Amino acid sequence: MRVEMFTFLIAGAIVLGGALGVVLLRNPVHNALSLVATLFGVAVLFVIQEAYFLAAIQVIVYAGAIVILFLFVIMFLGVDRIEATERDPLPAQRVVGVVAGLGILVLSIVILLAGGGEPTGQRSATAPLSDQAPDIDRLGKVLFTDYVFAFEVTAVLLTVAVVGAVVLSRRPKGDPIDLDEFPDGPAVAHLSLFVDPDDEGPADDTADAESADAESADADDVEVTS
Amino acid sequence: MFALELVLTESWYLVLAAMLFSIGAAGLMIRRNLLVMFMCVELMLNAVNLSFVAFARGLDDVGGQAVVFFVLVVAAAEVVVGLGIIVAIMRRRQGSTADDISLMRG
Repeated sequence: MRVEMFTFLIAGAIVLGGALGVVLLRNPVHNALSLVATLFGVAVLFVIQEAYFLAAIQVIVYAGAIVILFLFVIMFLGVDRIEATERDPLPAQRVVGVVAGLGILVLSIVILLAGGGEPTGQRSATAPLSDQAPDIDRLGKVLFTDYVFAFEVTAVLLTVAVVGAVVLSRRPKGDPIDLDEFPDGPAVAHLSLFVDPDDEGPADDTADAESADAESADADDVEVTS
Repeated sequence: MFALELVLTESWYLVLAAMLFSIGAAGLMIRRNLLVMFMCVELMLNAVNLSFVAFARGLDDVGGQAVVFFVLVVAAAEVVVGLGIIVAIMRRRQGSTADDISLMRG
């Protein structure tokens, strides 16, 4: 128990420090690396709680795939160079965010302590965790029996996600759309994101009409959209 | 050391998960960069995962760990589609803050 406590304190410090780094650091690359620290700390906490398979999955899927995806998008888009935190149209939102976060924290801890700090529920009769079988055996057995419907739905979800990612990241064949050409028609501009690029008849007419309007409305067309 | 006398119960994990969740929620409201907002969502999902594993151990039930498995899958799918949307937006418009795409509210 003594070792567990020390490990918990160190991993918890890593988790919270990484989480604060995600929220507070300015550079998105540093945010992503702080996220790795948090995810690794959570994996260590899984190991303390004897969820070895989940700890491995946590490192492989989260740190190995998701954060790499984040970093790839950051590098791909060059977002790390664009940081306009000083231009904040809603300055009160930071205060509200901090207050709401503290409120969530206080509420959840109060509820936790009011409940005695222990989970109130039936102990499992069919799938006990303290069985002698290895962690992954028990998890696999319960996944393919009790949770088999959720497992199938997960397969559908992954397929939908793959198809959606391909559709979203497919580069349309037409010219890129400059949204500043649409002074008062952001809805029209966004509709064209989903218009088939081969179907160029009405979309071009709209663009010409809107850009003619933009010239008559002088240079404050950007303000109209905001 | 003072820590040696304390016993590590589920409450420790649940309090840590609550702290992690509130940091993620506050970050989601504070930050404007879409990618960082996504990372804050990941923090909140991890907090929930942590509490699920703590409950699984406390109630001696593998079901809690199975739920964590599904949450991982949902998080992966969410990140893939969300980053696809961000890339699609950024191709057409520079700047990746949530304010830049506020015109999508219709």
